[in-house]
Amino acid sequence: MNDPVDVLIIGAGASGAAVAWSLAETRMHILCLEQGGWMKPAEYPSTGRDWEARFYGDYSPSPNIRARAEDYPINEDNSPIKVVNFNGVGGSTVMYTAHFPRLHPSDFRVRTLDGVADDWPIDYDTLAPFFAENDRMMGVSGLAGDPASPPTNPPMPPLPLGRSGVRLAKAMNKLGWHWWPSDTTVATTDYEGRARCINLGHCTPACAQGAKASTDITYWPAALRAGVELRTHCRVREILTDEHGMASGVVYYDKDGIEQFQPAHVVVVACNGIGTPRLLLNSVSGRFPNGLANSSGLVGKNLMFHPYAQLYGYVDEPTDSNRAPPTCLWSKEFYETDKSRGFVRGYAFQFGRGIGPVMEAVMSEAKGILPWGPDHHKVFRKLNGRRLGLAAICEDLPEEHNRVTLDPILKDSHGIPAPKVDYTIGENTAKMLEHGIARGREVLEAAGATDIFINCPILYGGWHLLGTARMGTDPERSVVNEWGRSHDVKNLFIVDGSVFVTSGGVNPTSTIQAIALYVADQMKRRLANLFD
Amino acid sequence: MPEQESLTPRQRQDLRTIAAMMIPASSEYRVPGADDDAIQADILRTLGRDTGPVAEALDDLARLAGMPLADLDEAQREAVAKQFRSSGGAAAATLIRVVLQCYYRDDRVLRSLGLELRPPFPKGYTLEQGDWSLLDQVKAGPQKLRKAR
Ligand SMILES: Cc1cc2nc3c(=O)[nH]c(=O)nc-3n(C[C@H](O)[C@H](O)[C@H](O)COP(=O)(O)OP(=O)(O)OC[C@H]3O[C@@H](n4cnc5c(N)ncnc54)[C@H](O)[C@@H]3O)c2cc1C
Ligand code: SF4
Repeated sequence: MNDPVDVLIIGAGASGAAVAWSLAETRMHILCLEQGGWMKPAEYPSTGRDWEARFYGDYSPSPNIRARAEDYPINEDNSPIKVVNFNGVGGSTVMYTAHFPRLHPSDFRVRTLDGVADDWPIDYDTLAPFFAENDRMMGVSGLAGDPASPPTNPPMPPLPLGRSGVRLAKAMNKLGWHWWPSDTTVATTDYEGRARCINLGHCTPACAQGAKASTDITYWPAALRAGVELRTHCRVREILTDEHGMASGVVYYDKDGIEQFQPAHVVVVACNGIGTPRLLLNSVSGRFPNGLANSSGLVGKNLMFHPYAQLYGYVDEPTDSNRAPPTCLWSKEFYETDKSRGFVRGYAFQFGRGIGPVMEAVMSEAKGILPWGPDHHKVFRKLNGRRLGLAAICEDLPEEHNRVTLDPILKDSHGIPAPKVDYTIGENTAKMLEHGIARGREVLEAAGATDIFINCPILYGGWHLLGTARMGTDPERSVVNEWGRSHDVKNLFIVDGSVFVTSGGVNPTSTIQAIALYVADQMKRRLANLFD
Repeated sequence: MPEQESLTPRQRQDLRTIAAMMIPASSEYRVPGADDDAIQADILRTLGRDTGPVAEALDDLARLAGMPLADLDEAQREAVAKQFRSSGGAAAATLIRVVLQCYYRDDRVLRSLGLELRPPFPKGYTLEQGDWSLLDQVKAGPQKLRKAR
């Protein structure tokens, strides 16, 4: 048997890394178990001539397509949006696009302000110091002073506007609509050992330059230096409990596939909005027959994705295309509720820069705009390098029928039941998507784009995995309390996107990590009576 | 035998024919067709995990054609290709993607497109700053952040 540890963290992604680093100063024995391994940047796609092709294979964001040994399968047949993630040290930040907005203050008060869903038990101000700490640790590039976003103070200047940004900014100015350079975790200067971005343009399937802040190159080196232990290729099957109903440790399969028991005094789950409910639902015992921490019955329920309406068109001059990070500008023009639009809550626009030749060819052929035969060449030259795009990222409201359960048949390579996702787009969100498409079209037309196409929702757009172990003060209506501790199991904490009460209309990682730092801070403050 | 060489001779023959129908050579743009020897060799060498669906797509094509695709007359070939494209599902999409991803990394094709013959890393690219005064209009506009209380 392994020696007991003080704190056992499951998952080494965005939130697991942040919580490990923050708790390290306690000098407790902290161990993180991660099912994937360390990444090798020298092998990342942008180092080879097949850089675009690998996006469809071993660097696909979809775990079902990628199907590495470290991945687990997901039954997502009953969802119009497919899950994308990454399993390894750094978690999904290895693959994320590094767009780094924060939830707005109003996002924490949706019931009070708009009469829908529930208010969060915490507010923006509670998280503000942790947002700032996280910006420093991840290394954020951006411009302070956005009149439509919470105040920030990014340590690095924003990414250049580039040709795509200028064209889109002019269009937004013509329409009189808000825009601002996006906060991103792409380093625009050398930053704490990270090299600056050199515009490889292929950030999503991992950054070979090390300019994009994935947590394997930000939090983890600092956490390891501070004494945290990270064990890779260890897949946790279940969390065990003792006769007092407290978590006693976990059963996991080590790198050789051997079953191990790891005892722990505190267990912190950081497996993301799909992996966390899966693990809790797999942790069944006589005392917890419906899964651990699930007396409310809400583990796995209220899954929120952020459906995306993506629009793109073509302009008569080259755009930045694949020669720049995809992050560019955002707009919060339609972010806050305006009931005259026919829906409550809102969406942000996220503007892109363009894509490379293989993706252009594959996507345009599939859309039927790139012909076969002699005309192929002429048409391709009109499309390639001239794409301008944007996406409306829509707030998803929590609905219990959108859920993660265990698939009765599908299992991972260790025989552990796999998650099953059932999800439909809600009525309010559907109206928001329509609105986003109409406004997005206006933007592209104002930018002089023609041949406008729509992907709605983005099929492989399930990158934000939220709400499946929500936070709240009422144990009957939530899974964890206002500082991340399970209502049912007093030494069990959840720190990933599962704890979101509502989704906001922006990418969530900055908020996920701020919450992880906040929960760690609460644990440190309450060490003497953590289990009361 | 390595996985990528598992297409049968007949499948390879049809792959070459359908690739030429997708992207024929062009003297105007000074590019080879997708049936070019080097591009076909690249496809076969790197087929890897796509071998299964590509073989499935080629078998589907063979069923639709009833004989080697190249032996059909042009009108019949076009009709088969049209049906294949509309009803071939995920396997056909994989075959088409595999042809495109190898074609659009060929040196001659990239040169014709004015693109550099190299991976993005380590040289990268330059991104121009652009005109930041465009932001003045937004800065002069209203505060839009909604109060939470
Ligand atoms: C293609 C893509 C683009 C994205 N772009 C953006 C963006 O621009 N901006 C943004 O804010 N967000 C973006 N995201 C989302 C972002 O990556 C996630 O929000 C964030 O990483 C979630 O953090 P997390 O800690 O909840 O989970 P993750 O980072 O997913 O980490 C979970 C970790 O837990 C491990 N794990 C799971 N189960 C087990 C188990 N049983 N045993 C051991 N280990 C386990 C996994 O292997 C993984 O490493 C993107 C994601 C993807 C995939
Ligand atoms: S564009 Fe910048 S951040 Fe993105 S992969 Fe290239 S170097 Fe990394």
